[in-house]
Amino acid sequence: MKRPAPLFLARRGYRLRRMMDAARVLPALGAFLFLMPLLWGGGTTGGGILFVFGIWAGLIAVAAVLAGPLAGAPDPEIPQGEGEGARAPEPGEGPEGGGGVV
Amino acid sequence: MSFNLLVLVCLLYVALLFLVAYAAERRAAAGRLGWLRSPLVYTLSLSIYCTAWTFYGAVGYAARSGLEFVTIYLGPTLAMVGWWWFLRKLVRVGRSQRVTSIADLISSRYGKSNALGVLVTLMAVIGTTPYIALQLQSVTLSFAVFAGPGPAGWGRGEPAATAFWVAVGLALFTILFGTRNLDANERHHGVVMAIALEAVVKLAALLAVGVFVVWGLVGGVPEMLARIDSSAVARQPLDSGRWVTLIFLSAVAFVSLPRMFQVLVVENSDERHLAIASWAFPLYLLLISLFVVPIAVFGLAELPAGANPDLFVLTLPLAFDAEGLAMVAFLGGFSSATSMVIVAAIALSTMVSNHVVMPLWLALRGGGASMSGDVRNIVLRARRVSIGAILALGYLYYVFSGGGAALAAIGLISFAGVAQVFPALLGGLFWRGATRVGAAAGLLTGFAIWGYTMFLPSFGDSGPMSARLLAEGPFGIGWLRPQALFGIEGLDPLVHAMFWSMTLNSFAFVLGSLFSFPAPLERLQGAQFVNVFGHSGAARGWSGGVAEAEDLLVMAQRILGAQEAQEMFQAESRRQGREGYLPDVTPDFIERLERELTGSVGAATAHAMLAQTVGGSAVSVQDLMAVADETAQMLEYSSRLEAKSRELARTARQLRDANEKLTALSRQKDAFLSQISHELRTPMSSIRAFSEILLEGADEMSGAELRRYAGIIHEETIRLTRLLDDLLDLSVLEAGRVTLNIAPVQLGTIVQRAVTAAGSGRQARRLRIRLEDSGFGVTLRTDADRLAQVFINLISNAGKYCDAERPELVIRARRRGDRLDVDFVDNGSGIAKCDQEVIFEKFIRLSDQARAGGAGLGLAICHEIMLKLGGRISYLPGQGGTAFRVSIPLVASQGGGAEAASQGAGGSRAAAGR
Amino acid sequence: MGSHILLIEDEPNITEALRYILQREGYRVDTHSDGASALETIRERRPDMVILDVMLPHRSGYDILRDLRAEPTHADLPVMILTARGQDKDRDLATRYGASRFMTKPFSNAEVLATVRELLAR
Repeated sequence: MKRPAPLFLARRGYRLRRMMDAARVLPALGAFLFLMPLLWGGGTTGGGILFVFGIWAGLIAVAAVLAGPLAGAPDPEIPQGEGEGARAPEPGEGPEGGGGVV
Repeated sequence: MSFNLLVLVCLLYVALLFLVAYAAERRAAAGRLGWLRSPLVYTLSLSIYCTAWTFYGAVGYAARSGLEFVTIYLGPTLAMVGWWWFLRKLVRVGRSQRVTSIADLISSRYGKSNALGVLVTLMAVIGTTPYIALQLQSVTLSFAVFAGPGPAGWGRGEPAATAFWVAVGLALFTILFGTRNLDANERHHGVVMAIALEAVVKLAALLAVGVFVVWGLVGGVPEMLARIDSSAVARQPLDSGRWVTLIFLSAVAFVSLPRMFQVLVVENSDERHLAIASWAFPLYLLLISLFVVPIAVFGLAELPAGANPDLFVLTLPLAFDAEGLAMVAFLGGFSSATSMVIVAAIALSTMVSNHVVMPLWLALRGGGASMSGDVRNIVLRARRVSIGAILALGYLYYVFSGGGAALAAIGLISFAGVAQVFPALLGGLFWRGATRVGAAAGLLTGFAIWGYTMFLPSFGDSGPMSARLLAEGPFGIGWLRPQALFGIEGLDPLVHAMFWSMTLNSFAFVLGSLFSFPAPLERLQGAQFVNVFGHSGAARGWSGGVAEAEDLLVMAQRILGAQEAQEMFQAESRRQGREGYLPDVTPDFIERLERELTGSVGAATAHAMLAQTVGGSAVSVQDLMAVADETAQMLEYSSRLEAKSRELARTARQLRDANEKLTALSRQKDAFLSQISHELRTPMSSIRAFSEILLEGADEMSGAELRRYAGIIHEETIRLTRLLDDLLDLSVLEAGRVTLNIAPVQLGTIVQRAVTAAGSGRQARRLRIRLEDSGFGVTLRTDADRLAQVFINLISNAGKYCDAERPELVIRARRRGDRLDVDFVDNGSGIAKCDQEVIFEKFIRLSDQARAGGAGLGLAICHEIMLKLGGRISYLPGQGGTAFRVSIPLVASQGGGAEAASQGAGGSRAAAGR
Repeated sequence: MGSHILLIEDEPNITEALRYILQREGYRVDTHSDGASALETIRERRPDMVILDVMLPHRSGYDILRDLRAEPTHADLPVMILTARGQDKDRDLATRYGASRFMTKPFSNAEVLATVRELLAR
């Protein structure tokens, strides 16, 4: 049975959770910013193009900052302590078997 | 620059690709994956999103519509940046469920429905074929640019010929590296390496052209910005409907395209790579888009008015005599086209072979196709043929569409087509209530509307839809006009088509799901997909090895009952050649066990129970309970009741069986003396009667009569003697004082002897004996006389009791591990189940036919003899007639027979102790 | 003309011996070897007397006897029980079910003939 998740997490765990939240919000933020050019009306200018590419680069930067810690993060649905869940097998360790052929 | 040089460079480049793919395959085969499977390679492999449509088309797009081109890359950027929401789950599900394609994923999620698999496959083929044609077109166009329009350049047939040879080459490459082996994970190291290289080439080429334009020709960034501001490109107004729709569409298509699914999910070897690609791939997209507007602006301004903006990337360097750069740009375009076609062909061929060809093949071949090497070959062949067929389709599409304007718009049309899978995909991953009916309804609706509002009109007036139909609707029904459905006019055709197809698709999907009830397998799969993070540490099948045979046995006993479970495990041990120990937990064994359990508790539960014990990637019991709760607690309750009553019934049955056997036995033993008396008196009656007859009136009788009566007396005397022998024999055997004469002897010799001996009897003569003597050459170490005695008994029993019109007895031997099974099967009506229990007891003669002439001791004696020989005799139910199996040990392992065997070898006679 | 005797016995050699000695004495002998259809055969053949073995295939001679006696037409039909089980309880059972005579195997031919004669004379 599922253990109740502890109420307070260690500081590091807390940071990680907030990063997960950030990772969830990021695409929404990106979508919002990418819709901004519509508000300008009329054509775009060199400045407008720079704006889009700037937002784009900013998104990439934030995603890069988040990706490091989150890559090895445990799955949030799994209670802490069983966090090995996100560990992926080593390359080449892939399970063999006749899965999914037919 | 000569056209021949171009062809040469092109061939050299292809050779390089072959080399890289080959080297990667070699490395992978040697187990040195290393950087073959680095996040960088993963990210680069995603770049097949950027096809020739991007490489050449983006500039043309920007030249025509301004900044709008960038939406095609913003969508995927958002999808990648939002990996934590969707892609992470998709990749995990794909890995843990061993998904081979997007069709497989949909099929698997919705209860392993092959109909859905076929549907998605068809949609993918229809959606991708024009796209492949587009790539062939871009390669031929770029060749044409170099060939120039002069008389030395292209003839009429040459574009088609170029496209043909490109298609053939691609098919060859794909077949070579895409179907090299049938990996369970469907990973293709060589191909991935090659497309990673191509990704670098196309990015470098586009960047080189961009740098050349901005710094080489324009003179720096500020100058470039000034040019942009003054150009018509920048003044293109943004169509907000298209902007939003395109960002959404490209994001959705990014995750739904079969080729993207292949590189994103199937070829993924480590989930952490996705985290890195989440920013690295958007960066790639940004870089590739960076110089699109500058090139477009500069090209529009500097090149002649009629120049095709779709080829600016190529024509700009040529126009400014940078032939080397033009060559690089050509290779970049070539790379974009080929990598897309290769991966798309692999992805589609997997789908076609797994969902169309194999099911058909299995159906045609009839049931009972087991997974053997044979099948694997068939799969590979199916893949190869599919790849050829897909490229042929693409080529034909290119030829028949004339390579003209119809192709220009095909990129987005293709996107919109494959995007129809998205609602079913999204719902499948996040909504447990999504059902197969809903998915099918959504897919069909979306695809139909896409076809009607977008695909068919794309062929123009001359296509399947007439101008009149487009303008007035079918049969003049205005609100059914393909590009103004339900009277909504004035929308951009793309926005219109996307709006209706996606909304109605989603409506149909949701409504279909709400109003249908999923099958159990669907619900389990749904739970596994939606809760994939709950219980899939890492992708694992029944390969865990976590389970101990003992745990499995404990569980199996709970379900099958102690006796049956133990027998099953013993049988497995024997199969594995380790009798006396618990079997190894092999995947095969678990599968067999699952089948066994399925018979008792149903497929889903059996699977779940095993999953729990084995610890593999499957449903937990909690899931099961949840499923049960969610549907109907009544079901769970009633199944518990059922289980309980089953258990009660089982116990009762066991008691009844035991009781019946006891009663039967005690009755038999009570009647022991009475039986002996009867058995002795019957022959004696005949003897006395006939001897009196002979004594009284031998004089009046004919010689024939005399002989006959004397013969009867003789026969009955023998019967009496035999009975006494049997009794003695049995008592000796039972007391364990028997002496065995162990020597090597061929089974065939013993069988022949037994057949000859038993065949002399009166009833035995009408019995036909058929020997299937394939196993008769085996040499046994046993007591030949005793074994022959058993055989004789079985043969003469068949002669006596077989009630068939034409009695026939088949004797066959088969080696099973360390024992030899000799089966005696006749074609009579067999022995009733209730009698099978007692046939090996003394004085059991199932029919009271006195003519059978036995005392009912034969099988009891056989039983004792086989025990002494270290084997056993058993009744084989379900063989059609009466069937006995005599099992003889082949190797000296356990049992008295073997002990005796080892001693008997020295010539001494050993008493078998037991 | 000799009386009609129905011999119900499944052991072929014993059947042959009895038929021989009875026919030699001028009786008309019919034989039958199955327990299940024995009663029916008795009804059909209408013998003057029945010699009935106990251990018959499918149906015991005792059961046949009991059912036979339950039919009024056969209440008085002479029935000689022949059995290889010579115990007292077998004899008692036979008597209770209404056997006219009880004889154990092995039998003396003379004794059988005497009994038959006696039963038919009644």
